[in-house]
Amino acid sequence: MVMNTRSGINEKKETPPTKANAMPLRKRGGTVSNIYLALIFIFLYAPIVVLIINSFNAAKSRVVWGGFTLDWYRKLFQNADIIDALRTTIIVAVLSAVIATLAGVLSSVGIYALPKRFRRIMMQITNIPNITPDLVTGISLMLLFYFLRAQTGFVTLLLAHIAFNIPFAILSIMPKLRQMDMSLYEAAQDLGCTPAQAVRKVLIPEIRPGIVTAFILTLTLSIDDFVISYFTAGNQVTTLALTIYSMARKSVNPQINALSTLMFMTVFILLIIINMRTSSKNRIAHNGVISADRKIGKRAFTTQRKE
Amino acid sequence: MNKRFGRLSFPYIIWVAVFTIAPLLLVAFFAFTSYDINGNLYFTLQGFRNIFSGATVTLDWLGLKSILGLDIQVPVYVTVFLKSLSIAVIATLISLLLGYPVAWLLAKLKIAKKRSADFLLFLTVMPMWMNALLRTYAWLALLEPTGIINTFLGNLGIGPVQFLYNDFGIGLGMVYNYLPFMILPIYSVLVKIHPSLLEASSDLGADNIYTLRKVIIPLSLPGVYSGINMVLMPAMTTFLIPDLLGGGRYMLIGNAIQRQYMISRDYTTGSALTILLLIFVLISMSVINRNAAEMSEEGGLM
Repeated sequence: MVMNTRSGINEKKETPPTKANAMPLRKRGGTVSNIYLALIFIFLYAPIVVLIINSFNAAKSRVVWGGFTLDWYRKLFQNADIIDALRTTIIVAVLSAVIATLAGVLSSVGIYALPKRFRRIMMQITNIPNITPDLVTGISLMLLFYFLRAQTGFVTLLLAHIAFNIPFAILSIMPKLRQMDMSLYEAAQDLGCTPAQAVRKVLIPEIRPGIVTAFILTLTLSIDDFVISYFTAGNQVTTLALTIYSMARKSVNPQINALSTLMFMTVFILLIIINMRTSSKNRIAHNGVISADRKIGKRAFTTQRKE
Repeated sequence: MNKRFGRLSFPYIIWVAVFTIAPLLLVAFFAFTSYDINGNLYFTLQGFRNIFSGATVTLDWLGLKSILGLDIQVPVYVTVFLKSLSIAVIATLISLLLGYPVAWLLAKLKIAKKRSADFLLFLTVMPMWMNALLRTYAWLALLEPTGIINTFLGNLGIGPVQFLYNDFGIGLGMVYNYLPFMILPIYSVLVKIHPSLLEASSDLGADNIYTLRKVIIPLSLPGVYSGINMVLMPAMTTFLIPDLLGGGRYMLIGNAIQRQYMISRDYTTGSALTILLLIFVLISMSVINRNAAEMSEEGGLM
């Protein structure tokens, strides 16, 4: 399948752009381009689909269909290690998302109120985790805990997750703050609100969409993280991603299929929620190079809204 | 906005100092220091010495040994680094070749306001959010000697083909994992190219290929550069892909570093390697970004 996909792609590579140029607006791709797109999406999704199907496959072999079963899921939920990892994953995700979102709100408001020069510096520092590879982020946090002689475990894992989540929270909330008309806040005070009331009744409702996105986003990132957890969790605690890693290194095991399917589904649902929130506000497509340029990877998509 | 709110940023300033800046400085710090038996820090160059003056092997890179028959002795880590670099570059080029047409087709659908455009874009973005572990694991099951692809080939009387534990498997894993990171930035540039530019080009007598060469490709270069950035960097630093698809036998710089920290527990050598890798990554990123910046200035349209 791989070979087919790739050779098919190479042959067709040049055709679509030239063909398309003729009538860039009116003419649709044509058969060749449709086949090409189909092959690429098969390439992107076939492995995941096969994995999901196999999580329901009664035969242990991944090649033969042995009938539908939920046995692997049942075994999964009887596996004490996995239940333990699931609990850790959920606790760390929820705690780190809540803390990072709260910290993100306070920090965003604080950074926004700083003089312009400092604001720019703080935003650049906030962007550092985006430009350093995950590997380096994970290692640097591990070295911090090592240097402080902190025993790696639940606390270091949680701190690491909060650390990589806060910048994402700020990057989700800050655009909403920029869009907000600050005279509304002043007007509220002129009309007799105390500063605290003005924050509660005007500021927070204005940036609420950013806050909600920040929460779902940090939750997703925390559930999904492998590399940073790997370096900061130590031997005592383990998350689902770490469990999958250690199981996958030993052998291919249908229980991992079931576990991966559950994680895919969770992340998928969270993503659909984020995506609906972002695209309903603003059509996804007309976004700049700027956002894609500066933000590495995942952020490229979320922060697009800001421009 | 009330200036007093500025104070709310102070805890965050302390937080980033401790959890973002200090940890990065510590990597540089531990590259030159180590703990002695009594737990006291001392200065050492042992990490760099381990990298540069360890065992040597004959360099086989770009056919130096296999084709030219040269016998150049270099430290093991140099070969690991060069191997990581070449496989990351190849994976990036393949992603570009595969991804550019996809970006173009998606942009075309979007400009033509086809409903499918948003859905296909969502499908492209989705895998970016799934962690590399799950996606790489999914391939493992397909590529195994007894996996689906080999079974299929077996029925045709071919194979079994060894997909795993070699350059092909690792490269495939990288292309698969990072392709969406190539498509998206190119797409976001292409979708902004005004259709009238293409019409103008053809009105002025350019044929399609000429328009592609002189208009579309130059205007899309900023997106191409940022796509290259987004693929090359993770491909260069991954430890997961060689670890899973290489079955522990395949060493790239990412898992060389991971092993120093997690298996040998040699933080000094690990940090020295990390610093060298980070310097390399930052230099190549700034070169790519400078090119991108120049391009977008020259283009003037972005």
